[in-house]
Formats: sequence, structure tokens, C-alpha cells
Amino acid sequence: MPAANLAILNYGLANLRSVQRAFERVHVPARIITTPDEIDATDHLVLPGVGAVADAIAHIRSASLDEPIRRHITRGRPFLGICLGLQMLFETCHEGGAHQGLGVLRGDCVRFDVDVRLGLKVPHMGWNSLDIQTINQKIPTLFDALPNSPHVYFVHSYHVRPTDTSVIAATTHYGEPFVSAIQRDNLFAVQFHPEKSQAIGRQILARFAHLPS
Amino acid sequence: MPALLTKRIIPCLDVDRGRVVKGVKFFDHIDAGDPVEQAAFYDAEGADELVFYDISASHEGRGIMADLVRRVVEVVSMPLTVGGGIRTLEDATRLIQAGAEKVSLNSAAVKRPELIAEISRAFGTCATVLGVDANRVIEAGHERWEVFINGGRTPTGVLVLDWVRRAVELGAGEIVLNVMNVDGMKQGYDLEMTRAVGSSVTVPVVASGGAGSPQDIAAVLSVGSADAALAASIFHFRTHSVAEVKRHLRDCQIPVRLDA
Repeated sequence: MPAANLAILNYGLANLRSVQRAFERVHVPARIITTPDEIDATDHLVLPGVGAVADAIAHIRSASLDEPIRRHITRGRPFLGICLGLQMLFETCHEGGAHQGLGVLRGDCVRFDVDVRLGLKVPHMGWNSLDIQTINQKIPTLFDALPNSPHVYFVHSYHVRPTDTSVIAATTHYGEPFVSAIQRDNLFAVQFHPEKSQAIGRQILARFAHLPS
Repeated sequence: MPALLTKRIIPCLDVDRGRVVKGVKFFDHIDAGDPVEQAAFYDAEGADELVFYDISASHEGRGIMADLVRRVVEVVSMPLTVGGGIRTLEDATRLIQAGAEKVSLNSAAVKRPELIAEISRAFGTCATVLGVDANRVIEAGHERWEVFINGGRTPTGVLVLDWVRRAVELGAGEIVLNVMNVDGMKQGYDLEMTRAVGSSVTVPVVASGGAGSPQDIAAVLSVGSADAALAASIFHFRTHSVAEVKRHLRDCQIPVRLDA
């Protein structure tokens, strides 16, 4: 029972084949789209992203994709942000200066301030585990049916700080806990890379694809 | 105790004209198989990441590498790093667009350090790795740690610790330290140099060169304080499996991922 209409938004240089391929491996056809009209015609939208958040936001604005993204979320259609696709949902991203994000969620995105004496390095790079939070037992989450504390792949130097802590779907420990996933109704976003997280990642993508639109 | 970022075990596949090879002390290479098959094998074994290193490093070789990455992405969902012969932003772009998570710069960055900044600006520090071929050189009774380039053939006069600090300032997000004196010898990593590099930079350090046993890997991740260990021949020739190494690390109280 694959999602009929899932698309991955391409707004820059990044390779999206690994995201598309990970969906294919769980039998979900995923289109790669680039225009506002295509966003409007999509039920399940995936917003990936690597590189610098300021460049990513600039690309999205210059291609007039910001309004369609907000509209998709406001309509309550399933949305999945990955890495920068999580960070840019917030009001402000501090990365070489303050950059205005899409402002879908209140809060900001800041660089890790970890204690090097603990041997902690930035970027936070590698496999770390999710501490899944119980938001509301009545609504489905991306992490239902996963093993306890599953390991997923992270590669990032910045992390988000939501003002409304009720959106926190998972945290991860790196010196101290940081927010590694958020959920608000059908809006999902994760700091890790499900498309690089082997079987666990594919399970998460499959959950998303099968959410009712 | 909360869960920790796990230490990464990274099989490295040296690729020459599309085939995986493994050398001893850099120069003699013997054939070790098809890269896509090897990638699928390590994916199933629970490797945390894969590195493909193009040792042919020719213009033709770079085209072959991009094609190889595209084929590997079809069969595995795990992070891939590609190195060898990356001289320009265009080379890096081609590999990242093919599906590599990170690119590893080596000789070209020594010759033109600005390359690190260019790639880091385009794709982020997270995608920008510096590979360093280091050699302990003894001259007139004095030892120095020197950077070598061109596949370990050419000394540069640049000192290892100076170079890694500079590279991180320019935007490198990870250092792969390959110590040539011990590479391929299976006698263990250079713990002292790995540890020194780790305390000179704020980014993760991947130890490379010298793995002969799970004990060697445990030593470099603890005593050597490396964030990840890269190894080639012990995995390729199935002397030890990735899973076996990880079980040994777990028994040594080193955090590893075993739920793959």
C-alpha cells in the first residue's frame, strides 16, 4: 500500500538519489520535483538538505519555494524535513551570522557548544541513538515499532532549539541532550539522515510514506 | 549513563580503474574484488561508513569513480566518502552529485590549501574531509612528522600538526590520518601520532594505517583517542569481520553500534 504521491524537493546542488533510492527500497516511488506547482500537487513532501543553511534558504526563496512549503504544512499534509530541512523550519539560524529561516516553528538553530575536554568534536558525525519522546499516544509517529534507542547517522554542526518543547519527538545525547526530531501533527523533521541509516532509516521513511494524507 | 556517539568502523576500499585493490606499504597492489559487491557485503556486516579511495587518480579514474558511487548508492544506504585525485571544486561536485556524502582531499589541498575552503563553502564542513599521508622521518638524529603527497611518494616539508590545524581553519570537517610507516604492516596504528592530531583539532579524527587485529582497533579508539578507525586488508581478506571487531570493542567498553 504505497503512498500514491510522494515527492522530494530539489532546490540546489545536492544529490537526492540516495533519498529517492531509500524510498524505492521500501517500495515507495518518490518523484524529484523543483517547482512551486509541483509542491502544490504533492501529498507527501520531503525536504532534504546538505551544506550551508543560508545558501539553502536563499535557493528556496529565489525559486519562490518558501510559500508553497509553508502552504503544504499549513494544509496539514505530511511533511518530512531532513537535516537542513529541519533547521530551516525555525525562525533564526545562527551560522556565520543570523539568517531568517522559514519560521514555521518558533525557536532557533545554533552551533554545538560542546566541551572539548570530554573529547567531543564538532561536527557531530556518526551513529548516535534516539531517545524517543512520547508526544501523544493517539497520533502516529515516525518511530513507532522501532527498537529501543535505535542508532541513526548524524553529520551536522548545528542543532535546533524549539521554543515550544511539546514538538520534540526525539532527543540525542552529545555532551548534553539536543533535539534530534520534531513532530507537530503531520509535520515531521529529523536532524539525522534516514537515507543513510540503513534498515532503521528505511523503516522511518516507510512510516512517513504510509501516513494518511 | 546516557547513550554515546559510537565509534565508527570504516572499511576502506582502494580502487584502481574500477577494481578494489589492497597494497602493502602503498606501492604493490593485488586485486581484491568488485567495489559494488564489496560495498553490499560491508553494509550487511554492519560497517558504519565506507571509504572509496581512487589510487589511479587519473582524469579517466575520476569519471570511473563518479560512476562507481552512483552504482553503490543503488545498493547501500550508508555514508560514503570518496578520495583520491580530487583537484578542483568541479571534481568534488561531480562526486557529491553522484551520491558521495563526503569528499576526501589530499595532495591537491597541500598544493593549494584554498581548495579546502572552496569545497567547504559549497558543500559544508561536514562534507569536507582532509586526508593526510604522514611519515615519521628521522634526519640527523631528529624525528619529525612530515606530510607526504602524490600517493606517499613526495615529501612536502610540511609538518603534520601544523597542516591539520590549518586545514580545520580553512573548513575541513574531519581528518583522516594515514601513517605511512605502519600502513599495510598489520602491526597496529600509530597511537602517538593519532592522539596528537586528535588533541590539535576540534573535528573528528579517523585513524588509518596498520590495523592487524581487533585489539589494534580498540587501542587506537581508546589510547589513540580516534573517533573512527579505518581499515582495509583485515576486512578484505576476511581475517576479521566488522561484526567481530565491534563485539571486541563492546567487550572493551568502547561504544559501538551493534543494532544494524
